[in-house]
Amino acid sequence: MNKTVPGPEDAIKDIKDGMTLMLGGFGLCGIPENCITALVKKGVKGLTCISNNAGVDDFGIGLMLKQRQVKKMISSYVGENAEFERQLLSGELEVELIPQGTLATRCLASGYGMPAIFTPAGVGTEVAEGKEVRNFNGKEYLLEYAFDADFAIVKAWKGDTHGNLIYKETARNFNPMMAMGGKITIAEVEHLVPAGELDPDHIHTPGIYVHRIFQGKNYEKRIEQRTVRKK
Amino acid sequence: MLDKEGIAKRIAKEVKNGYYVNLGIGIPTLVANYIPKDLDVILQSENGLLGMGPFPFEGEEDPDLINAGKQTITTLPGSAFFDSAMSFGMIRARKVDLTILGAMEVSDTGDIANWKIPGKMVKGMGGAMDLVASAKNIIVAMQHVNKAGESKLLPKCTLPLTGVKCVKKIVTELAVLDVTDKGFRLLERAPGISVEQIKNATKGKLVVEGEIPEMKID
Repeated sequence: MNKTVPGPEDAIKDIKDGMTLMLGGFGLCGIPENCITALVKKGVKGLTCISNNAGVDDFGIGLMLKQRQVKKMISSYVGENAEFERQLLSGELEVELIPQGTLATRCLASGYGMPAIFTPAGVGTEVAEGKEVRNFNGKEYLLEYAFDADFAIVKAWKGDTHGNLIYKETARNFNPMMAMGGKITIAEVEHLVPAGELDPDHIHTPGIYVHRIFQGKNYEKRIEQRTVRKK
Repeated sequence: MLDKEGIAKRIAKEVKNGYYVNLGIGIPTLVANYIPKDLDVILQSENGLLGMGPFPFEGEEDPDLINAGKQTITTLPGSAFFDSAMSFGMIRARKVDLTILGAMEVSDTGDIANWKIPGKMVKGMGGAMDLVASAKNIIVAMQHVNKAGESKLLPKCTLPLTGVKCVKKIVTELAVLDVTDKGFRLLERAPGISVEQIKNATKGKLVVEGEIPEMKID
């Protein structure tokens, strides 16, 4: 079951204008850098992007925002991006802010084949407006629906030709459940190995969820907040 | 009156042995510096880590290892990584013993507002709504009054809410207070601050019973 494609251009070749994409990562950590570059080059427009954050001005999803490729962002926090702010205030960009755990679990529900979840996050706030509220054991919960994404694009540390994935440290974040949640899932990895080389006990995302995989190049892995202590 | 470090030091005294703790951005992050070394406490970072350690030494930063504030960090022995769904799963299932976060306003019924100011650029709630909706115990680190001297401890929040009836304890530059059925209950005064000053700075219902001790922070 060889799922390898030569590179990001081949992996994203059938992503079209107006599609909905899940993009893995938390801040700039664990983002699919190669696919984002390829999407910018391809110039697809009118995209709805489900991603915890929206990158920074000159990196990550920020690069797609700059080219006006994004119609709508579905995120939990979009703080660090001046171009994002400008497009939002001018009405060029639509944004739906949802609680981070709700975002993660709605992705998970897609990959688990469940249409919806109940969560207490947002009860009594504007997030609850227009949503069904259900009481379980004396506590209120909101009904939130699974996402319906055309493509999920994730970044892993290691992967094999069957599409099995292993993530590294906190670069795991949203990648596993987005990998599970896409109708078609593209994985870019730092190290691609033949099937059989990864220990089956160590796989985080089983290859059944992954349709295309390639070894990425020139990872920049930019750090958003470099904090250190003195020796 | 306490400075930010003082608020963090006082909150650190609420952390008990064996606790799993989630620290928000800002003053709550400083609390980690004052948790007594002899306590067995594990810090959760909601981007997918239990066992968060201090910032790395210069030159040892790892871009794949950050906290929820996107700062480079380290792990401690016995750490575990997991994905964001599991992270909020353990928060929702009340496995995290204590959540410490900042607030712009708190009401005397325990409502909290800390994510949005109408008319200003909204950055998003991040994980705050999930945390406040599910946490077993929430301590808020905040300023008692705003720059104009107006109380941020109110009968009702004026800003869009993050969560309702969830705050248990508040530590400000002036006081330590519990949120009870009868409103804010004054527990301690900051060094040099009188009960009268706290009353004047609290717009929500304030219960003052007996002698209010001055807080002890080393």
